[in-house]
Amino acid sequence: MSATVDTHNHDDHDVHHHKETFVTKYIFSQDHKMIAKQYLITGVIVMGIIGILMSLMIRMQIAWPEQPNAVFQALLGKWAPEGVMDADIYLALVTIHGTLMVFFVLTAGLSGTFSNLLIPLQIGARDMASGFLNMVSYWLFFVSCVVMILSFFVEMGPAAAGWTIYPPLSALPMAQPGSGTGMTLWLVSMAIFIASSLLGSLNYIVTVLNLRTKGMSMTRLPLTIWAFFITAVIGVISFPVLLSAALLLIMDRSFGTSFFLSDIFIQGEVLHYQGGSPVLYEHLFWFLGHPEVYIVLLPALGITSEIIATNSRKPIFGYRAMILSILAIAFLSTIVWGHHMFVSGMNPFLGSVFTFTTLLIAIPSAVKAFNYITTLWKGNLQMNPAMLFSIGLVSTFITGGLTGIILGDSALDINVHDTYFVVAHFHLVMGISALYGVFAGVYHWFPKMFGRMMNKNLGYIHFWITAVCAYGVFFPMHFIGMAGLPRRYYTNSNFPLFDDTADTQVVITVFALIAGLAQIVFLYNFISSIFYGKKAEQNPWRSNTLEWTAPVEHMHGNWPGEIPHVHRWPYDYSKPGHDEDFVPQNVPMKEGEEELHH
Amino acid sequence: MTTLLTIIIVLFVAVAIWQLIKIFDLAQVGASNTQIADDKDNKMNGYLMMGFLAFIYIITILCFWYLGDLPLMSNSASEHGPGIDSLMAISMVVIFIVQTVTQFLLHYFAFKYRGEKGRKALFYADNNTLEAIWTGIPVIVLAGLIIYGLFTWNDIMNVDDQEDPLIVELYAQQFNWKARYGGQDNVLGKANVRLIDLDRANILGVDEGDPNAQDDVIVTELHLPVNRPVLFKMRSQDVLHSAYMPHFRAQMNCVPGMVTQFGFTPTVTTADMRETEDMKDKVLNINKIRTEKSNELTANGEEALEPYEFDYLLICNKICGKSHYNMQMKIIVETEEEYNAWMAEQTTFAKSLN
Repeated sequence: MSATVDTHNHDDHDVHHHKETFVTKYIFSQDHKMIAKQYLITGVIVMGIIGILMSLMIRMQIAWPEQPNAVFQALLGKWAPEGVMDADIYLALVTIHGTLMVFFVLTAGLSGTFSNLLIPLQIGARDMASGFLNMVSYWLFFVSCVVMILSFFVEMGPAAAGWTIYPPLSALPMAQPGSGTGMTLWLVSMAIFIASSLLGSLNYIVTVLNLRTKGMSMTRLPLTIWAFFITAVIGVISFPVLLSAALLLIMDRSFGTSFFLSDIFIQGEVLHYQGGSPVLYEHLFWFLGHPEVYIVLLPALGITSEIIATNSRKPIFGYRAMILSILAIAFLSTIVWGHHMFVSGMNPFLGSVFTFTTLLIAIPSAVKAFNYITTLWKGNLQMNPAMLFSIGLVSTFITGGLTGIILGDSALDINVHDTYFVVAHFHLVMGISALYGVFAGVYHWFPKMFGRMMNKNLGYIHFWITAVCAYGVFFPMHFIGMAGLPRRYYTNSNFPLFDDTADTQVVITVFALIAGLAQIVFLYNFISSIFYGKKAEQNPWRSNTLEWTAPVEHMHGNWPGEIPHVHRWPYDYSKPGHDEDFVPQNVPMKEGEEELHH
Repeated sequence: MTTLLTIIIVLFVAVAIWQLIKIFDLAQVGASNTQIADDKDNKMNGYLMMGFLAFIYIITILCFWYLGDLPLMSNSASEHGPGIDSLMAISMVVIFIVQTVTQFLLHYFAFKYRGEKGRKALFYADNNTLEAIWTGIPVIVLAGLIIYGLFTWNDIMNVDDQEDPLIVELYAQQFNWKARYGGQDNVLGKANVRLIDLDRANILGVDEGDPNAQDDVIVTELHLPVNRPVLFKMRSQDVLHSAYMPHFRAQMNCVPGMVTQFGFTPTVTTADMRETEDMKDKVLNINKIRTEKSNELTANGEEALEPYEFDYLLICNKICGKSHYNMQMKIIVETEEEYNAWMAEQTTFAKSLN
């Protein structure tokens, strides 16, 4: 470890006087801070705006089904003849919204931004282990974004088989228009995306293991780094399985193999496929699909841990329990995928096993929630926008997590499987929670990224409108789900049985539209603060972690002189015996000072 | 033209919001604003946290008050239904308690311990007893739920051949359902989509040479005798579908290339269900909504909606293509006699071939 640090110190001077052209600084940059910003702009801002716009169109269609809508006509063009949304494009919107939000915004956007920004800065490294691979990772991600967006413009429209793209629907071009070229582009885009994700994850793992500064033992790592590190490990374990599923599906689609297909009669003819099984695909998909939930959620929880501790001016409660629960969640997340498949036709005994493992995962999750609450207790809470989003995250994590007890129970899942109950559950527990994590992270580390502060009052407006609307959207949704309303229906008007849910759908859509508009406040705040925000001081939140010991100016190599050494854990807030209510990690222990945590 | 107009209007609205925010932003210049929360911010947001807690409670109560009738809790129509419903009720009570308490603690602490200049937080890094308590309690509660859940699940999924269930095949295709009965012998003839012969009207690919197949009956409306166990064998000819029968608390995917199964015993006939108080209220309410909508429609010169009458439904619950939203089959639960009379009217497979 120290050896690596030393070699970095040597080339330190060269790095500083290296001439940076526009291209090497802003485009093909190998600097982790610049790559983090690239991920933030591409992944979170651009793809996020597209994903949210799609969700609003979906909501408008559900609330006012089959009615002419000028917005549809403007944005969807030929897919909305006379302003009435086409049923095929509805499914495409549902599919691409899911894909963009889960993979592009909350996997690449979230991890790409904050793992890249914080891992070197918080562990005390000059940069990532391989700056070059890091750059390649970003540009592969960029290409996959471009391919995915290109799929909007092909003749038959983008992929439309749901973000899980179950075959045979996704495998047979004659099953629906969205299974044509659009689906091919989806698969190509995801294959490139997975390559990007793997390069990124390997880089994060190697960097955390090898480049920690002197004194930064694993049990002195901030919880952000633990979360990013374990997230990367889960990604490396599970993403290759999705890649193999995607490749096999490409083979079935284009080369006539029968991995997932058998005995199919469609449009008047029997297809040649024999011996494959769609259930195999479901297993492969969810072997990634479920860990993916934690790939999205853990970084958000890591960010929250750091922000709640800093702004409570208190150590995070149960540091080791937090690490252990991250490890437990990571392990359990790889053996619970079958709870997405209770009614897929797999052996009911497997259903029992997966119910057991699934409900187990509630235990480490509960520990985390209780530890956050205890961290607030007797704190001195600084209500910065980042803190509000972190508290909001704990709130939605609890609300959304609790309904998981119902969905994880195979017997109960029979009746709420694939209804709006599921939509409400996962949007709260991973969608909204992870988005709050992103927002919290942006508000908190904006000074580090751009050297300026974001406007706090706009932050407050953004948070409170979003928080109210998030519950306004997803709380009533549980009830229409329990009424038995299936998700992914273009309109419910063919079922008079569900007519009494129609008013609620309108209420939900109104909340969603307000929430969507509230994001303009964030966007304004973000863009105007980059240029006109108040100049930030070096450590505005009076935080302990190492990134705040680095100068405000953008600098290749992070610290002008030597890398700071670490003498304590990151959570010495309000420690007795110190005048200030924070003691940065690089401050040596006083004589006779003891570590007050275990 | 309207497209252009819409884009312009949407742009104007966005610009207007943007400008409003900008005015708000600029209005704050000059004050010694560090953009870091001060006591005033802590106080305001602390109170808002309590307000938000009240909002969470209110929206919970409102949802139960206005939407509490929506869930199909009280009107299960199968033997195992009440088992699932009571497990659901217990889980909901557990969730409700935990939700109420933890949200209170979270938001109350956020209010109570809002920052003040000069105050110092308590350095409180860990406590093994506390950790053990909130690891232990979830373990116990979840163990109870897991055990209860597994017993319920096994009861539902174990099909007892001794009970002589009625065998019915549910056959899914884009975008409709068919049902096939075993006929007199209650045995389904062999079938495979490769045997489909549209010219001979053999639409399900039933093996014409199989003796068991001759008396099979293929229908587009599912009739079930009350109180007799039914074992559904599910097939799909093209893509994944899911046979969802919400009133019977039943669901199973239909998978091309394999046969899946689900069994239950219907306990309430369609006629009886229509007469229950809950269902009468629900139908009345739905018809009120439909009448209002019909009035709107007729005012615009369009056709009025049919009044709603309750029927059990089989609906598709796995995304299957364009008309996924309209893939349904009516289910009629009736007395044994009514069922037999209906069955006697149906054409057997052998006779239905061209």
